[in-house]
Amino acid sequence: MSSKDVILGRVRAALRDAPAPGEVPREYRRTFPGADLDLLVDRLVDYRASVRRVAEDTVAPTAAEIAGGTIVVPQGLPPAWRPADVLVDDGLAPDRIAAAAAVLTAAAVAVAETGTIVLDASPDQGRRIITLLPDVHIVVLRPGQVVASVPEALARLDPARPLTWISGPSATSDIELNRVEGVHGPRHLHVLLLDG
Amino acid sequence: MTTFLGMPATAPRGVGHLRGDTTFPRAARQALGNEQLRRNLRHATSTIRGKSSRVIAELPDWQELRTAGSAIKADVMSRLPELLEQLEARVTERGGVVHWAADANEANQIVTGLVRATGSDRVIKVKSMATQEIGLNEALEAAGIQPVETDLAELIVQLGNDRPSHILVPAIHRNRTEIRDIFLAAMPGVDPSLTDDPPVLAAAARKYLRETFLSTRVAVSGANFGIAETGTLAVVESEGNGRMCLTLPDTLITVMGIEKVVPTWRDLEVFLQLLPRASTGERMNPYTTMWTGVTPGDGPREFHLVLLDNGRSAVLADEVGRQALHCIRCSACLNVCPVYERTGGHAYGSVYPGPIGAVLSPQLTGVEDNASLPYASSLCGACFDACPVKIDIPSILVHLRNRVPHPPAERAAMRAAAYTMDRPRLYAHAQRAAKLARIAGRRGRGLPPPLSSWTVSRDLPAPPDQTFRDWWASR
Ligand code: SF4
Repeated sequence: MSSKDVILGRVRAALRDAPAPGEVPREYRRTFPGADLDLLVDRLVDYRASVRRVAEDTVAPTAAEIAGGTIVVPQGLPPAWRPADVLVDDGLAPDRIAAAAAVLTAAAVAVAETGTIVLDASPDQGRRIITLLPDVHIVVLRPGQVVASVPEALARLDPARPLTWISGPSATSDIELNRVEGVHGPRHLHVLLLDG
Repeated sequence: MTTFLGMPATAPRGVGHLRGDTTFPRAARQALGNEQLRRNLRHATSTIRGKSSRVIAELPDWQELRTAGSAIKADVMSRLPELLEQLEARVTERGGVVHWAADANEANQIVTGLVRATGSDRVIKVKSMATQEIGLNEALEAAGIQPVETDLAELIVQLGNDRPSHILVPAIHRNRTEIRDIFLAAMPGVDPSLTDDPPVLAAAARKYLRETFLSTRVAVSGANFGIAETGTLAVVESEGNGRMCLTLPDTLITVMGIEKVVPTWRDLEVFLQLLPRASTGERMNPYTTMWTGVTPGDGPREFHLVLLDNGRSAVLADEVGRQALHCIRCSACLNVCPVYERTGGHAYGSVYPGPIGAVLSPQLTGVEDNASLPYASSLCGACFDACPVKIDIPSILVHLRNRVPHPPAERAAMRAAAYTMDRPRLYAHAQRAAKLARIAGRRGRGLPPPLSSWTVSRDLPAPPDQTFRDWWASR
């Protein structure tokens, strides 16, 4: 008898007297007014991310100025966003990614109510590793990618892709509950919110 | 006792961390003598409580989310076999390998074997209750494999040869000076002029762990959720050590209790709203990682999911107690518990401390092995109010007290009683809360003005079937 059979047998025995599954009441909010960009900015700043509203043609110089050094970019980043001094990720070794000043990516979805940005590893966002090792992460966000709520974000995402939900920079509160940024992940998160 | 195959079974003795060396009242009395510990705890729990109630008040539908969360979990339990097989099928389709572990010994064997097969003699670990429960670190060490905890608090605990005392903030019992001393004594390559400034301490941990992250090829994690419909696993965290472990190594091994499965992708919309707000008091935790099997070119090339029973089927067999398996490990019940706030987590003897530990541990081990834990509560009902999935912990406590084999337990109960009766103010307060709830009538309906604002965002405590004082009087 396999352990699987043992466990499933035990669980079935345990549930002999259990009531049949009932309907799940979903009376929580399921429809939301349009996404409020100001709320998103407010929430992001509250998490100590930096936010700038920029025109699309100023992404490259703004990112270069924030990074002040080499920027890692995914292969599918829109060419117009690429600063001059970039390292395109074509399977870079971890130490080269870690040595870069910053990483610049697009995003998949953002949630205004919680100040969350979700990456889904699409070509303009790249492998998960590139947004993990550099100390600065610069994310470009289009207003159309912003939704109001967590339920709307989940509805837009494809669970088959590797997903990273980011709310502010890495943080710990393990020492007397003092928030300290950047224990392991990026110490700084910069969001460039496009105008159009 | 004879065990029949296919009958629900409790967690085996001699492995893992579900049983303490001493009874709760004895351990609690020791903790009560430690002023520093109580100060640290009071500061931490009251800070988290404040943050949490502020962000919960932002959601107009908090009660509806709790109701949905509770119902989803009840649904999960009622069709667990089907959901587990569905999860296995989806994970396998996406290139993962699923293993089934009937208990701690089997899970440890599986994980140790998988690590050995990679040839690595070190693993990096994401904080996980399941691996603490089964004593995985000890099993790995016995096999010559070094487990490195990468969560800052877990690292503090590991370097201090200590045990975690809180689900969420395992080193909650340590202050900054103690942490500096632990680092100085046990962290390889640490700067001897280290100060006790939190950013300096965090930077020291970052430096020490970076190298380990980049040079270790195997990681072990737990999981907050496993989605049956899609085969997706989710880990919720703050520091980024989770992302490191889940992304950088070649091989990822995830140990998940069978109760962590949820039916659909959409169900995450409930739990991702409930968990961070109830847990750390944040609108959303800094990082959540979700993955489905393996993705070529991104992340681990090999993924193993170990599904763990270790007493869960025995919990499931109890019609009152089974709701303890609904727990999403947010730790809100710890932070509101007057008993936990005074004794800290170690007194509970198990990796699951506080109110949820008082009901979960005795059920996982069999109540005779943790006979004093159902008495580690004043039944004030605060844990039930705080629980984001509405687990009725007070009712389970009362139910378990009736299942405790009596003679030795009575002695334990006397000691627990002595502890609570020493604190008449706390006690009277609990009694008043129960009375108010009776006046208000049905659970969850709230109080009339002017008390109504208090009940807008929470359920009233259900009056316990028998109050502690009644119980005491009847002895
Ligand atoms: S029992 Fe409820 S409040 Fe306590 S840790 Fe579990 S989910 Fe959170």
